[in-house]
Amino acid sequence: MLGLNKKDTSLLLIVVVLTLFAPFILNPFPEGSAMAQFNAGYPDLMQRFVIFGIFAIGFNILFGLTGYLSFGHAAFLGIGSYGAVWMFKILGMNVLPAIVLAVIVAGLFAVVIGYVSLRRSGIYFSILTLAFAQMMFALAYSVLTPITGGETGLQLTLNDPRILGASQTAGGNIPVPSLFGMEMRSSTDLEIAGWVFTFNVGYYFSALIMILAFYLSIRIFRSPFGMMLRAIKSNQNRLSYTGLNPRPYTLAAFVISGMYAGLAGGLMASMDPLAGAERMQWTASGEVVLMTILGGTGTLIGPVLGAGFIKYFENIFSKINDNILHQWFAFLPDGLEDFVVFIIHPFIGKGWHLTLGILFMLVVIFLPGGLVEGGQRIRKAIKGKKADDTETAKTEPAE
Amino acid sequence: MSKTTMTRRGVLKSGAVAGAGVALPTIFTASSAAAYTNEPTGGSVTLGFNVPQTGPYADEGADELRAYELAVEHLNGGGDGGMMNTFSSKALQGNGILGKKVEFVTGDTQTKSDAARASAKSMIEKDGAVMITGGSSSGVAVAVQALCQEAGVIFMAGLTHSNDTTGKDKRANGFRHFFNSYMSGAALAPILANNYGTDRKAYHLTADYNWGYTTEEAVRTSTEALGWETVAAVKTPLTQTDFSSYIAPVLQSGADVLVLNHYGGNMVNSLTNAVQFGLRDKLVNNKNFEIVVPLYSRLMAKGAGANVKGIYGSTNWHWSLQDEGSKAFVKSFGTKYGFPPSQAAHTCYVQAMLYADACERAGTFNPCGVAEALEGFEFDGMGNGKTLYRAEDHQCFKDVLVVRGKENPTSEFDLLEIVEVTPTAQVTYDPAIFGGELGTCNPGA
Amino acid sequence: MDAIILQILNGLDKGSAYALIALGLTLIFGTLGVVNFAHGALFMIGAFCAVTLSKILNLSFETIDPNKTDFLGNPLKVKTPYVESWFGPETGAALIDWSVPLAILFSIPIMLLVGVIMERGLIKHFYKREHADQILVTFGLAIVLQEIIKYYFGANPIPTPAPDAFKGSFDFGAAIGFDPNTIIYPYWRLVYFMFSVVIIGGVFAFLQFTTFGMVVRAGMADRETVGLLGIDIDKRFTIMFGLAAAVAGLAGVMYTPINSPNYHMGMDFLVLSFVVVVVGGMGSLPGAVLAGFLLGILESFASMREVIDLIPGINQIIIYLVAIIILLTRPRGLMGRKGVMEE
Repeated sequence: MLGLNKKDTSLLLIVVVLTLFAPFILNPFPEGSAMAQFNAGYPDLMQRFVIFGIFAIGFNILFGLTGYLSFGHAAFLGIGSYGAVWMFKILGMNVLPAIVLAVIVAGLFAVVIGYVSLRRSGIYFSILTLAFAQMMFALAYSVLTPITGGETGLQLTLNDPRILGASQTAGGNIPVPSLFGMEMRSSTDLEIAGWVFTFNVGYYFSALIMILAFYLSIRIFRSPFGMMLRAIKSNQNRLSYTGLNPRPYTLAAFVISGMYAGLAGGLMASMDPLAGAERMQWTASGEVVLMTILGGTGTLIGPVLGAGFIKYFENIFSKINDNILHQWFAFLPDGLEDFVVFIIHPFIGKGWHLTLGILFMLVVIFLPGGLVEGGQRIRKAIKGKKADDTETAKTEPAE
Repeated sequence: MSKTTMTRRGVLKSGAVAGAGVALPTIFTASSAAAYTNEPTGGSVTLGFNVPQTGPYADEGADELRAYELAVEHLNGGGDGGMMNTFSSKALQGNGILGKKVEFVTGDTQTKSDAARASAKSMIEKDGAVMITGGSSSGVAVAVQALCQEAGVIFMAGLTHSNDTTGKDKRANGFRHFFNSYMSGAALAPILANNYGTDRKAYHLTADYNWGYTTEEAVRTSTEALGWETVAAVKTPLTQTDFSSYIAPVLQSGADVLVLNHYGGNMVNSLTNAVQFGLRDKLVNNKNFEIVVPLYSRLMAKGAGANVKGIYGSTNWHWSLQDEGSKAFVKSFGTKYGFPPSQAAHTCYVQAMLYADACERAGTFNPCGVAEALEGFEFDGMGNGKTLYRAEDHQCFKDVLVVRGKENPTSEFDLLEIVEVTPTAQVTYDPAIFGGELGTCNPGA
Repeated sequence: MDAIILQILNGLDKGSAYALIALGLTLIFGTLGVVNFAHGALFMIGAFCAVTLSKILNLSFETIDPNKTDFLGNPLKVKTPYVESWFGPETGAALIDWSVPLAILFSIPIMLLVGVIMERGLIKHFYKREHADQILVTFGLAIVLQEIIKYYFGANPIPTPAPDAFKGSFDFGAAIGFDPNTIIYPYWRLVYFMFSVVIIGGVFAFLQFTTFGMVVRAGMADRETVGLLGIDIDKRFTIMFGLAAAVAGLAGVMYTPINSPNYHMGMDFLVLSFVVVVVGGMGSLPGAVLAGFLLGILESFASMREVIDLIPGINQIIIYLVAIIILLTRPRGLMGRKGVMEE
């Protein structure tokens, strides 16, 4: 179907089903129950899942296929956001032109940065991309404040021109991003017994784009172009000896992945019209690297899982506080309750970084192929086959 | 059980549907059905406390959270009532807000605008928070304020000192109790002139982002008006940790005062470095070389240790104030946590109280009603003397404290001493000078 | 002229911190082939060794002074450190005053131990894994380490001053014939610079003149051949990891009086030290040291008022700009070897 083989078609179908039914899947616990804290089915987080999914899918096209580890990819995400917000300020609140501009601007930057950085390989390439991104962050935060908004981020104001729309709504407020009248933030709630499921326009719009992005990435992985990129990863020298110049291919991969990042940035601004410089900092670039490795480098679905994993912890675990713990364990005798809360306390709320760090280590120690390998092991265990780890374990030398 | 009314999830949270076992009725409710965003319909109301829990301001955030928890306790009638007893408005009765028990959710801003907005959004969308408050930097405050305007909830800013928050980036749904750069400059300048003379040459080191710009501008204008000369102003990167290369040239420039427009880690490091270079032991132009830190906080002073001794700065509030409100607050905070509150804790506590009081007086949680109740509201007994929430820009006008690092601290909290309480009139300005447009209040929905 | 001398001093001082961290990082790269994102955390742990020692020395018992009151109006509890009551007030105060230099002795065994445990317990299992996995696991470790420090010490910086004898600054200018007060430099920063020169020299001498060092250098060049010669290179590499940790830790201990340490100081240095290592060239120890000093000096010059006025924002990006220029003109950094981490 759609030019995919059977296995890929079923993977795509799984992704489609998962994204379309995300409001149900992510809200497994009834509202008001103690476990509702773990529900992730609210619009903002669902949007983040798919947007960072797009970002990671794009990053994986570069890193997973060619092995080039860019440590400055967040710069393109930031550029995309700035592009989109400027479009909202100048042109109007329709998200399509904003997203198109975001992709184009990110693509242009990717051509320039990629052209320069790809002259080197390995860690030298990583540091070059890191240097470009850090320069962009530092300048956007300080001297470029008139263009980027600096510390406070680029925001919409009541005085923006918005040529194709209104500067202000009738009520005197800033208009919200929309797609031909459909507001990105508008949601519909479905209540079934104790459960509440929220369907949000912005989420479904982003989800649709992510499905397209995912489909495109499958096609790239399976295309001759994708084969060429893999050849670059396995042995660049040998490829050169066959008379092929790998540079145009790597540059193409870099630009495509930069445009994916720009798309993610544009979508982010469309869901929440603000662009901040922190989006370009090295920690943000590091985050997408972590997402990809955590999920499973070079696999199709892995980066999306990694993105979901990290965003879930950031948004859910950081919001658990001692009060909530006491509610959960209220059934225990008093002394024991306090003890349990005391034990868990360092890992929640302000300690969510600690939990994330420990999980990074556990995943990489026990699941060398990332979360995807975890999934494979579970599947094998269910099928009753003995897991043979020779298939997935990679034994490439360190250098 | 069938529900035919259009509701938000607040209803369900309060347990109205708790016993429902039948999955028959499926009712689609559009968010726009309620009168305003997250209208609380059960027996409780949820407030969102969005503070930095990770990153460099985590300690400040932790103190803010302590203050909020104390405020919730007092609002629900627990504890000794704290400032509720000294507050000039007597609308609060210790039975929650408008009879609804106050509940809260917490989140981590990470001191990043994106993360702060994500956290605030989750409070609004998932937890049904009707008001968001907290934060420890202007970037976050401005970003979250804009979000709250869009979503139709009230934002009560925490610690944010930039002029922009209630200046060019002001919003109708956002309110700030904390003072700002302009007030710091206006309050500091006369004290500096009194102590150091009017014939001084100042060298500014300024954090290279919005807050730094506004603070430098404010201190510069007000000191120059009193006769000081500004020799140079150098911008330093936010990520700088070692300021030696910025401080070393100061003496050569002929300046005799160094103004450090830095906050947080930047300020701790730049002040430590400046003292390290022995600047304060030097005699320049036959005057003692002096250092000034426009915005002080006790937590930062603690980080800089003995280096703060004798250095002037301004602060929003200090626990050693002797008015009834401050004493009541320090007492209940100190009894509960064992140490005195910081200025961040104070402003957050007061903001929570002011919000609750405004709801009581307005008789509704509707952001437009609350905003109306806060606009032009005059009150007393909250630690800063008579205070006005100005309607034009939603900024509080009150006395500003000029403080100095204490020479002989008696405890680890006793780091600053109050030099002067600058009266409100001296720090008041025309709301038009910073531009920006307040817009109209947005109840959401 | 005096301004330039001053900035060279600043640059050497900044550079010595960069060089010390980069030295350890490149030792681990070169010998073990591991990308260690937890190296910044080692620097931070070193600094907190100093903090811990000063806390231990400041452990006190409380006596109640009925004449004074605390902030709640209760009688004030006066704290007297145990060391002062044991060794007498003067010796005790001197011990507390000298806690940072004392922490050097205290931190060496701790850092060696931390390094060896890290290598044996975790890093060892990642020699054969991809660099990506190494990054993920060491980054995870770095987060865990800094969160543990944050849990016990809080997020706020903790002042850890130098001994009184090193307070204030030295009038360098007056000593070499300039006007007084033109070139002044803090004593402790001079100490830091000399300390780092000694450490760097020591590491080089160790690698250059001892048999142990010779084997390690051989291992850096070709690990497998050395292994085939029947030499237990693994054990030596473990010791090298401990050594690299100790170097980072000492750099941290000595840094505490310059800037009050906080839990994220390691992360602040991490990216910068990677840039330094790569600019110096992968696998080259002299390259890392040279790059450290070079970037330190350039950073200092870029922060001069005259330079910023000429090119606004240059102080924000100078290090990265220089890194890009060097990497584009010299493909393997200043002194990098061919084939190291180029895949």
